[in-house]
Amino acid sequence: MPLLDIKNLSVEFTTRAGTFRAVDGIDLTVDEGEVVGIVGESGSGKSVTSLAVMGLLGSNGRIVADRMNFGGTDLLTLAPSKRRKITGKDIAMVFQEPMTSLNPCFTVGFQIMETLRVHEGLSGKALRHRAIALLEQVGIPAPETRLSAFPHQLSGGMSQRVMIAIAIACNPRLLVADEPTTALDVTIQKQILDLLVRLQKERGMALILITHDMGVVAETAQRVAVMYAGQVAETRPVADLFARPRHPYTGALLDALPERALGKRRLPTIPGMVPGIADRPAGCLFGPRCRFATDRCRAERPALTEVDNGRARCFFPLPDGHLGAEGAIQ
Amino acid sequence: MTSTTTQTTTDSPVVLEAHNLRKHYAVKRGVFKPMATVKALDGVSFQLQAGRTLAVVGESGCGKSTLARSVTMIEPPSSGELHYDGRTVLGRSAAELKELRRTVQMVFQNPYGSLNPRKTVGSILTEPLVINTDMPKDERRARAVAMMGKVGLRPDQVDRYPHMFSGGQRQRIAIARALMLNPRVVVADEPVSALDVSIQAQVLNLMMDLQEELNLAYLFISHDLSVVRHIADAIMVMYLGKPVEHGAKDVVFNRPRHPYTRILLAATPRVNPALRVERVIPKGELPSPLNPPPGCSFHKRCPFATDRCAAEVPALRPVDDRLVACHHAEQMT
Repeated sequence: MPLLDIKNLSVEFTTRAGTFRAVDGIDLTVDEGEVVGIVGESGSGKSVTSLAVMGLLGSNGRIVADRMNFGGTDLLTLAPSKRRKITGKDIAMVFQEPMTSLNPCFTVGFQIMETLRVHEGLSGKALRHRAIALLEQVGIPAPETRLSAFPHQLSGGMSQRVMIAIAIACNPRLLVADEPTTALDVTIQKQILDLLVRLQKERGMALILITHDMGVVAETAQRVAVMYAGQVAETRPVADLFARPRHPYTGALLDALPERALGKRRLPTIPGMVPGIADRPAGCLFGPRCRFATDRCRAERPALTEVDNGRARCFFPLPDGHLGAEGAIQ
Repeated sequence: MTSTTTQTTTDSPVVLEAHNLRKHYAVKRGVFKPMATVKALDGVSFQLQAGRTLAVVGESGCGKSTLARSVTMIEPPSSGELHYDGRTVLGRSAAELKELRRTVQMVFQNPYGSLNPRKTVGSILTEPLVINTDMPKDERRARAVAMMGKVGLRPDQVDRYPHMFSGGQRQRIAIARALMLNPRVVVADEPVSALDVSIQAQVLNLMMDLQEELNLAYLFISHDLSVVRHIADAIMVMYLGKPVEHGAKDVVFNRPRHPYTRILLAATPRVNPALRVERVIPKGELPSPLNPPPGCSFHKRCPFATDRCAAEVPALRPVDDRLVACHHAEQMT
């Protein structure tokens, strides 16, 4: 049985302009000790999915799902007081902006020890020792003196290390990292990714890595889910997905990367824009931007169907993983 | 010494030449402590030809943005020379400087912050003409509408406000605004880093098309090496205010000679496993520019550092078709 098992999850937000479905029927499973990457462009619903898993959605967000199990516990019917015992302990999260997600009014030590006090009931010397050991594990030099440092005294990379220390404080079984390196420089990004992967291996933790950076997923994850307009467009093992994408959106997204266009002067682009609240097409959500769309794609919504080693939401998956000589340009 | 290595490719005219640019800021460290100096820019020289792109890469705090501010004359450099079309900037009167500023325009990183939300696209685009020319109103508007067509926006959107556009469209507006005065040089400070991959490709294509059409020179500032590899002709890698490697794109990318360039290349995540370079794990973080280490400013993070690196500042010197500031550049193969 997978550690996290989500079936047909939708998240709706009620706004003055009407109801907006940010996540639209996604399935997600994460096994014990597995690294799953979720990629997608802004507005594709990847962050909302992670917040739904964490139970951190605002009061105007409504979760509907057929199933949402974590380690045998049904998260949908769990009482809020019991949910709080899981959040931060068994499921922990690392947020995007390390500089703003730490509280500027409290020392680093206080913020690490807070988690340990609440979830593990530690106090006194034992608490302090655990906090120092955690800072050591995430590679912060001179951890004893850093305990009394305030967040503004730390660099971006150091702040993110502290965030990771807080997240792993209670030995979580699942760590959700939402764009953990987006705000950081490349060399620091490399250090933080190496740290996450090392901790994941050492502790046998499951890791969900949410990012817009294809390169980061390709180098870190074992399995990838590509999201588009609130749905999973394609989910495959990492090597298969990047070598032979089957959904035209994945293919077009990969082709738009400058890395894949060596020698070509023009980058292939995806025409049009992601559909908003008002202009959702009746058929396939990617249909209006897809070069291969047929009448069937315009009329009918495709379901996620089995395709080599994974699943893709397309009636006509790309046969050999290529968009052809013209790329995605129409 | 100027960068002779980057100009031998074609004979198109040099539109911008910087010689030994420095920008030092005095900062307070506390009431009783003496003022300290931050050398944000410490001796940068380059030449930029019409129709060419020089990319400046480096991590935050390396002086990329200070370089952009000096080159666009937003802030005067502390010392050094800047020439536009052979005309020096130093010692010009205010009126002459205003005239010179028209030749260089800037595109900023964040299209959500760089456009005035209270102005329509039309007035954003005509503002440079109002300030710098005595063109009549109708002509200004006609120019704005024509420019919108050029950057791929619909002319009927001229009376819309920035919030009605997506991020990619806003960056098109910012590019259009930069081109209103027919500049020779466009300084683009991380123009695509706030955009999604598919939008990023559209904006990069647009920039390359405009360069070809208008023979623009780009000073392209970025931290994303795969974008730089796509758009640039020459590359300058900076570290703590100094160029550490400077040369033609293929030379620097295919045979990097400075350890920092190698680390940057190795740290860039790649989609294609075949392109992944051997893992040189970068040690530590960028030192404080207030207190740079003695000798080579990179030696504390460098896996190849020797005693000489800690004692002696390496000079920028020609090695293997590029300029590089490393004592051990010859051994980096």
